[in-house]
Amino acid sequence: MQDFTFHMPAAVADASGLLGSCEDPKLIAGGMTLLPTLKQRLAEPTDLIDLGAIADLKGIRREGEHIVVGAMTCHADVAASELVLSTIPGLAMLAGQIGDPAVRHRGTIGGSCANADPAADYPAGIVGLGATVVTNQREIAGDDFFVGLFETALEPGEIITAMRFPVPKWSHYMKLRHPASGYAVVGVMIVDTGAGVRVAVTGAGPSAFRVTAMEEALSADFSAKAIDAIKVDADGLNADMHASAAYRAHVIGVLAKRAIAARR
Amino acid sequence: MLTDVNMTINGREVSGKVEARTLLVEFIRDHLKLTGTHVGCDTTQCGCCVVHVDGRAVKSCTILALQARGTSVTTIEGLAKPDGSLHPMQEAFREHHGLQCGFCTPGMVMMGIDIARRHPNADEHTVRHELEGNICRCTGYQGIVEAIVDASRTMATAGEKV
Amino acid sequence: MGQFGIGQPVRRKEDVRLLTGKGVYTDDVNIDGQVFAVFVRSPQAHATINSIDIQPALAAEGVIAIYTGDDLAADGVGTLETEVEMSDLAGNPMFRPKRTLLATGKVRFLGEPVAVVLAETQEQARAAAELVMVDYDQLPSIASTSGAVDPSSPPVWPEHGSNVSVHWENRPASEIDVHMERAKTRVTVDIVNNRLVPNPMEPRAAVAQFDAETGVMTLYAPTQGGRRIQGGLAKGILKIPADKMRVISQDTGGGFGIRGKLYPELGVVCWAARRSGRPVKWRGDRSETFVSDYHGRDQVNHAEMGLDENGRVVALKVHTILNVGAYMGENGPRLPISGGGRIIPGVYDIANFYFSVKPVFTNTVPTDTYRGAGRPEANFLMERLMDAAADATGLSRDEVRRRNVIRQDQMPYMTQMGLLIDSGDFIGNMDMAMEHSDWKGFEARRKDSEKTGKLRGIGIGNFVEAAGGRPTEEMRVRISPDGKATVFAGTYSHGQGHETVYAQLIEEYLGVPFADVSLVQGDTATSPMGSAGTFGSRSSWMGGLGIRKSSDAVIAKGRKIAAKLLQGEEEGVTFENGVFSAGAGSVTIQEVAKAAQEPKNLPEGMEPGLDESFHVKRDAELFNFPNGCHVCEVEVDPDLGIVQIVRYTAVDDCGVVLNPFIVHGQVYGGVAQGIGQALTENTVYDAEGQLMTGSFMDYGMPKAQHFSHIEALFNEVPCKTNELGVKGAGEAGACGAPSAFVSAVMDALKPYGIRHLDMPLTPDRVWQAIAEAKSDKAA
Repeated sequence: MQDFTFHMPAAVADASGLLGSCEDPKLIAGGMTLLPTLKQRLAEPTDLIDLGAIADLKGIRREGEHIVVGAMTCHADVAASELVLSTIPGLAMLAGQIGDPAVRHRGTIGGSCANADPAADYPAGIVGLGATVVTNQREIAGDDFFVGLFETALEPGEIITAMRFPVPKWSHYMKLRHPASGYAVVGVMIVDTGAGVRVAVTGAGPSAFRVTAMEEALSADFSAKAIDAIKVDADGLNADMHASAAYRAHVIGVLAKRAIAARR
Repeated sequence: MLTDVNMTINGREVSGKVEARTLLVEFIRDHLKLTGTHVGCDTTQCGCCVVHVDGRAVKSCTILALQARGTSVTTIEGLAKPDGSLHPMQEAFREHHGLQCGFCTPGMVMMGIDIARRHPNADEHTVRHELEGNICRCTGYQGIVEAIVDASRTMATAGEKV
Repeated sequence: MGQFGIGQPVRRKEDVRLLTGKGVYTDDVNIDGQVFAVFVRSPQAHATINSIDIQPALAAEGVIAIYTGDDLAADGVGTLETEVEMSDLAGNPMFRPKRTLLATGKVRFLGEPVAVVLAETQEQARAAAELVMVDYDQLPSIASTSGAVDPSSPPVWPEHGSNVSVHWENRPASEIDVHMERAKTRVTVDIVNNRLVPNPMEPRAAVAQFDAETGVMTLYAPTQGGRRIQGGLAKGILKIPADKMRVISQDTGGGFGIRGKLYPELGVVCWAARRSGRPVKWRGDRSETFVSDYHGRDQVNHAEMGLDENGRVVALKVHTILNVGAYMGENGPRLPISGGGRIIPGVYDIANFYFSVKPVFTNTVPTDTYRGAGRPEANFLMERLMDAAADATGLSRDEVRRRNVIRQDQMPYMTQMGLLIDSGDFIGNMDMAMEHSDWKGFEARRKDSEKTGKLRGIGIGNFVEAAGGRPTEEMRVRISPDGKATVFAGTYSHGQGHETVYAQLIEEYLGVPFADVSLVQGDTATSPMGSAGTFGSRSSWMGGLGIRKSSDAVIAKGRKIAAKLLQGEEEGVTFENGVFSAGAGSVTIQEVAKAAQEPKNLPEGMEPGLDESFHVKRDAELFNFPNGCHVCEVEVDPDLGIVQIVRYTAVDDCGVVLNPFIVHGQVYGGVAQGIGQALTENTVYDAEGQLMTGSFMDYGMPKAQHFSHIEALFNEVPCKTNELGVKGAGEAGACGAPSAFVSAVMDALKPYGIRHLDMPLTPDRVWQAIAEAKSDKAA
């Protein structure tokens, strides 16, 4: 790993200032992806700005009909949060399936989303739950946040501070784990918002996406049968040695039906 | 450039000077010469390097020493009592043949304790899934799983607070 | 004997040390003044090296030296060469290329070391390694095992002309054709036995120090016993006397066959320490382990088997292509046909057998011995054939096996490959495995699974393997004046629990309490000269016998001393439970050991001390034959293709079990590596020879969740060819598991008409097969 200058600002504004003043800075949250990347010398930033000391970025709270999760909240805390479990169980379910227990103790929701790995779990939650990504500069709709492979709507200098999730009527997340890495080969988040159904998929495409045909069918009739005939097009889906595009397309349907069947 | 780092390791205050890029595991192994914590991969998959940071299992190969400033770290060397008596998890590994070559063992034991704390009286299924981030090549996991299941009971009964 | 004697489930002596972080693995070793080595490795599968520019790297901070293959050659450093010699039926020998420690002229696989950088710190060495400019001209490459037999495939060794190093046959095929023609039923199978990366959990590392005054080179490295490495380095590489080469392995984090080898990096690190005058440390990381440790398996098999009207096999023809990689490993090319690998036709009594083997070169990491080393491949092939025979004849899977296994009354049984199987209860193994797995109750369980949408399958796999490895070993047993016993071993426990089992043997044979026995191993300075190491499931036999014979010698000497102490005749002295008795008098072995220090207590001419060695030498063709039957039960989720093991029963005949606790551990570990091969592990090279599965992110190591509880049982039939009655245990599981598992999955997939899929049975592969079967049906 190339050496760098390490900063641990106490406030978001300081972090933002450092982003502007350093030569080639990178933010580090949990570091679960960034540190292995640095070890392999795939990135060589001059400065690392650690968000771990900014108290404002941590914690989970209720704000009216929303649950707000601080960007630096680790997966284990989301998975075990009584508040999340009682309001958005699908989100807790998702967080509890990321990586492994030790990774969940360090990895954060903000870091995961900012990295936008196509096989990460959280993007399905952000998109599926219709969350709002709150940054130090603005608010971004979850639907607009993931724009491509490892690519988000974040501008240079912009820092995610929190994720704001509307409390849905029902939510569920299912995942087919990658046999080696544990990432999502396919992850499906299904949400009944009360006003309609949202189906978001991660792992299968360059970034998280919604399956509108399923959403429409489920909004009319919330049953596994309603989406039985809907085939997801394999065109444009990810394919690798562990899973073909056709397999991924098929798995989306299977996981969606199983998630629906889990609703009592 | 070297930066001061200080933390508590196995109950002892330690300090040193490290480069920013120094990983916690490098600080533990190379600076403090606590070589019980191992490095088995470079992609945060194998779990040989698991230690506890402020009571939680963490992969010490994927956290900078500077990120652990001011924390309390427990490594495999910090488990047994000063009189040499083993922690219930260590004892269970011995009783159930939970180790062969011993290389993954420190990480397994540290993770086992973390699992047992979060799942008192853990069942076999839970333990197998909780071991997602720890790889063993020798034992087929059988003795490891049995040991963690067993120790999770012992620890729950004893109100284990290591 | 007591609670620590032979056969007792004694808890391991080594555990407290390893459980408290006091193990000492190679990366834990640091020597004052050490520099760090980082290897520059080829990013190409096959290329000509036009030039290597080290100047920019030499100027980098902290760099001490940079060496290339030319530097080694100029200094007369030796090359690596396979130990194997094979020839075809006409006597044409195998092509055996030499390997330089650092590539010169050409690189032949991705990851091949080209240069080594020494610097003051690891990070400096690593940074400088990136500045070493190697100018390559890419050459066409070949990675495919089956593709390499094609005469038009790009030659890895143009000087040989073909990628087939030799076409070995056990006899002319025509001799078997006549038998095949009279078969009523013929079955064929085509199998890809997938390439595996062994991946011991400790990444490879080495620390070398050269003492210019004494001329002694000391190497710390993970090994499976240093004596062979010592010999290879001293004689073949560094050209120094063996007694000037010391190899130390304190603890080693797993071996599985591949860590017993002499790797190029070991030679380079030693030589660099001598050349630079500084101790040199190399810590390989996991990515490096993936491209530099020898790989395992990688065969393509085509086999045909003929059966008569009674379901008896009348002829068997096997064609094996073995991918040896770009160079030949120490033992790599012979894995199918020598030592244990020639175990085909397994537990079956088959008289007419033709076997063809083509070791082929490809632009991949060389392959060599990995847990089972040819035996898992052989047994898997036979068991797939038996399942195919069951399908073709309409006999049940167990019945067709029962009709063909070697019966106990045929023992000792000479196989077609010239192995004499002394003992084994193959029918009994099957009976026991089927009973304990409740084979009879399976149909009910299948129906239960159906209710949850799962396909349940049960499978059976017989196996036999040949254990013992090299035919020589030496052990030394010493009783000190303080009454404590020390075993000096050249076998090397790297997880097998020798510290415990050897102490059990000493308590049993010499009556020295278990707690008073210690093991000295892992250092060529202390291990007996005639030792070989631990591999090929040999330590209980070769090491155990060495301890037994050394103990006998200790007793024989002790008896003479006791006779003098007790003022009796040597012939009248008895020895039992650590006590020499003559008439009414008695003296303990501890007292004798103490007395043995004083010349006045000794018969005339006797050397003081109680310290005896024994050199075990057996017939090179003599092996023991661990065997067993495993039954695996799985559930397949047909919608996702996920296979989950739900029940596993292992019946093993490891001969006399010295410590069931430890032997069970060997079985579990072997099963896990077998299931790993069958369920999750695969090594994938793309068409350009790039390794696609070069980390734990892509290479599916089996994890705890992939297994169910394994019920392990022994069907103990003592080995007749050694005094301890032991058979090997280390490799059995890896031989039994793949076939039982695949048989179970194929049983589950029977409704779709799927009869064989190549390992690993990953969700994508299983689902794909089901989808194709469904669309075939629809069409």
